[in-house]
Amino acid sequence: MKEYRTISQIAGPLVFVEKTEPVGYSELVNIVTADGTIKRGQVLDTSDEIVVVQVFETTAGIGRDSGIRFTGETIKMPVGRDMLGRILSGGGKPIDGGPEIVPEKRLETTGAAINPYARAPPADFIQTGISTLDGTNTLVRGQKLPIFSASGLPHNDVALQIARQAKVPGSTEEFAVVFAAMGITREEANYFMADFEKTGALERAVVFLNLADDPAVERIITPRLALTTAEYLAFDLGYHVLVILTDMTNYCEALRQIGAAREEVPGRRGYPGYMYTDLASIYERAGIIKGVKGSVTQIPILTMPGDDITHPIPDLTGYITEGQIVVNRELHRKGIYPPINVLPSLSRLMNLGIGKGHTREDHKKVSDQLYAAYAEGNDLRGLVAIVGKDALSERDRMFLEFADLFEDRFVRQGLYEDRSIEETLDLGWDLLATLPEEQLVRIDRELIQKYHPKYRKKAQG
Amino acid sequence: MKKGKEKRAQGALKRISGPVVTAVGLDAHMYDVVKVGNEELMGEVIKIQGENTIIQVYEDTAGIRPGEPVENTGLSLTVELGPGLLTSIYDGIQRPLEVLVDKMGNFIERGVSAPGLSHEKKWEFVPTVKAGDDVKAGDILGTVQETNIVHKVMVPPRSKGGKIKEISGGSFTVDETICILEDGTEITMLQRWPVRVPRPVKEKLNPDIPLITGQRILDGLFPIAKGGTAAIPGPFGSGKTVAQQQLAKWSDAEIVVYIGCGERGNEMTEVLTEFPELEDPKTGRPLMERTVLIANTSNMPVAAREASVYTGITIAEYFRDMGYDVSLMADSTSRWAEAMREISSRLEEMPGEEGYPAYLAARLSEFYERAGRVVNANGTSGSVSVIGAVSPPGGDFSEPVTQNTLRIVKVFWALDAKLSQRRHFPAINWLNSYSLYLGALNEWYDREVSPEWNPLRSWAMGVLQKEAELQEIVQLVGSDALPDEEQVTIEVARMIREIFLQQNAYDPVDTYCSMTKQYDMMKSIKHYADLARTAQVGGATPQQVVGIKSKNELVQIKFIKDYEPVLEKILKDMKAEFDAMRAA
Repeated sequence: MKEYRTISQIAGPLVFVEKTEPVGYSELVNIVTADGTIKRGQVLDTSDEIVVVQVFETTAGIGRDSGIRFTGETIKMPVGRDMLGRILSGGGKPIDGGPEIVPEKRLETTGAAINPYARAPPADFIQTGISTLDGTNTLVRGQKLPIFSASGLPHNDVALQIARQAKVPGSTEEFAVVFAAMGITREEANYFMADFEKTGALERAVVFLNLADDPAVERIITPRLALTTAEYLAFDLGYHVLVILTDMTNYCEALRQIGAAREEVPGRRGYPGYMYTDLASIYERAGIIKGVKGSVTQIPILTMPGDDITHPIPDLTGYITEGQIVVNRELHRKGIYPPINVLPSLSRLMNLGIGKGHTREDHKKVSDQLYAAYAEGNDLRGLVAIVGKDALSERDRMFLEFADLFEDRFVRQGLYEDRSIEETLDLGWDLLATLPEEQLVRIDRELIQKYHPKYRKKAQG
Repeated sequence: MKKGKEKRAQGALKRISGPVVTAVGLDAHMYDVVKVGNEELMGEVIKIQGENTIIQVYEDTAGIRPGEPVENTGLSLTVELGPGLLTSIYDGIQRPLEVLVDKMGNFIERGVSAPGLSHEKKWEFVPTVKAGDDVKAGDILGTVQETNIVHKVMVPPRSKGGKIKEISGGSFTVDETICILEDGTEITMLQRWPVRVPRPVKEKLNPDIPLITGQRILDGLFPIAKGGTAAIPGPFGSGKTVAQQQLAKWSDAEIVVYIGCGERGNEMTEVLTEFPELEDPKTGRPLMERTVLIANTSNMPVAAREASVYTGITIAEYFRDMGYDVSLMADSTSRWAEAMREISSRLEEMPGEEGYPAYLAARLSEFYERAGRVVNANGTSGSVSVIGAVSPPGGDFSEPVTQNTLRIVKVFWALDAKLSQRRHFPAINWLNSYSLYLGALNEWYDREVSPEWNPLRSWAMGVLQKEAELQEIVQLVGSDALPDEEQVTIEVARMIREIFLQQNAYDPVDTYCSMTKQYDMMKSIKHYADLARTAQVGGATPQQVVGIKSKNELVQIKFIKDYEPVLEKILKDMKAEFDAMRAA
């Protein structure tokens, strides 16, 4: 393989190489430094005169004397069944002291788009054991449902709890977890790893770790390696794969960093204009294919800078993903775990996975009613702050109390509390029973008589 | 001038940077389609600069090297038009998605081309002209029963025309000659048309006929004209999908073109699985038989997303040329604008507002300008109505795409998530929506519905507006504090909202409401309001007036097919009640 020593410029993570033979766009590049270390990179721009290489590791040690080898092929990911239970670096190298991965296949990491015609509509309810998800923002197999959080909030606990408890009731099909960490701290990573090991989840997990002190540019490929692995496990081996990507904000920062180094015209808040398409090329790698056994479900986590949901990162994410779970600081301050605020949260695919034959016939109506009652109670809190509780009507007071009760009993649950969907819905009914029956306007008479505690007790007694 | 007139078809790649590549030594015109690299990826010329030709590529460019050949096809991006379009599901550059699954499996790989129409399938062609007839560009030569829709085979728009030497009916593929002119020109059922060029028409007509949708809030309050343009903002959970399906099912357009531009894969799948299952209420046949779907999800190549809206509107224009009314839905034009922004930034163009290219407004208006009701070259008249969805980031309507769209379109249907949370469907906000076609359509309503309709609509809008003002007062001081007269206004407004505006898409009768029925319903509400006013002048209290029982029956009219006798009885009862009140 030819080695060039024609580096003309090094700027941040970018290395500019002159006078090469024709080099392919997106090709994998090895850079040999003076001390013999090999660093990897990818071609970002190629022309007759100059080739721009984005280096996935730190550019420390690279200089005019470094050798550049173009491998002649795009980045391919070796994948195999024995990846389950392994811990890999953000660049895909084993870091758990185990042997190299025995590749059964080498796959392109960019991942082609699933033909919309080949997709099957998602329909299987995933029970996470968390009431605010299962009851009011149901996750469905093949969905991409991000967690919108902010610094200092327990999104990692929520993600872990989902990974631990997620199952499709009544299904015995094999499932796996692919976990990709981007720019999280060693401490956070250890927290995840300890939990995976403790619960035995690691055996059916593949972990990619790009930590805070790993090169930022490596973060660009970490989610792609993780999703390539997930697609292999799902569509080649038939696993139902849950992919957790954390923290997408760090990914976007890396994207911006490269954009700036390339002196690109920046878009909103300095993020590149192509961030929507770039994020889509990650998030859209979820789904189910007609006639193929496995599935890929994604839970990306992102921290909203300054708790701002209109910031480009959550905003663009929300336009690609099928809803969002919003973790809320106020609830967290009240000491409620998981502090999920159901009002701005949404699962766009919920209706495909609930109701008769999926969960229970009353699911939709109970969810609508809980949502409406909580929304009303929550609105009244603002009013109480102005006029005082005494000024409220009897009816309003009941809704106000309902909001507190809802947070305390429905939202709040233990870190290891795994509620079945029946428990969640029955709990919802218990709370609704504190309101007068005629206020339950969103639920049909029939369902009330079947599920309302008042009638249930009568039927039993 | 160093180059002669002859075309150098072959050039070489000089630079590759994502979906934008540069070639040298290529003679090309703007928007020519080129084949890039050894794999012959499809691309389009978007800039010419000195020796350099800059090309946007519709497929992933990974692995392509400088020095690889670039070949100019000499054609612009074209679509194939002919029998076989209906029921098709295409990507942004008219590759049939079903064929792509057969050719390359479940994922969209690159370097695979697939023609938009089947070139093997035979169609039964029946001529409507005969040898010796004179035909010119656009004239109809004959028909093909494509689905339940009759496909009209036309002389291509750029043909010179002439006297027909030979024409015969029978079974033909789209490539086979069906007609020969005296000058030797052979005509097939297949036309190729560059997507960025509007198909020619003889004359644009005024938008003075409404596109009747059977949806009361649209036809009654905010109508769109045939050939008109409308925008719908699509915030989360506002029932956009149901609204679009109702339009597709019930509007009196014969052909529906739906463009899913940069949307979610799973949602696109919902459309792709649901549309074929929908039944056309007018014929009982699958709705797909008069539909063309274009699906380009957010992770499919960005350049193809940019092209998808042009592909869609060209297909729509083709059916318009046959004399059909076509309704086109583009979901979402914001994703299309983002594709423009992305390509523009790759070209290192000076950005305009929020990074969008400075030509954003021009491109949007060019696109919407392709809508219209027209007289075609062949003398038939047809229309393309465009309904574009916008998705403003962060729900901020002041952003450039929404603002530029609103400057062009004449109708705005403000879907409102708050209304849908209150289960008011269709969740179209009656205060924020508008239609600028009202003036142009007045005459039609006078003629076809009743001369009373237009005043009736103005009255209803006035009541709703008044209610909004009154509600503000009610929230501060309570409804008892309102003057008697206005307490009744609130009641009448409630009736307009619940009886007239709310409409159940899932009820077999209420899902479509004829213009006559809309008129009768609104007239009845007005009738009550007038009686109430008279009664109040005569000294009746608001409680008495609001307590009239028969008015509560009006709401069931929606769900009754042959409602006239029921309505008559209600109005009679109402009169009796008011008479009794006066007597007391």
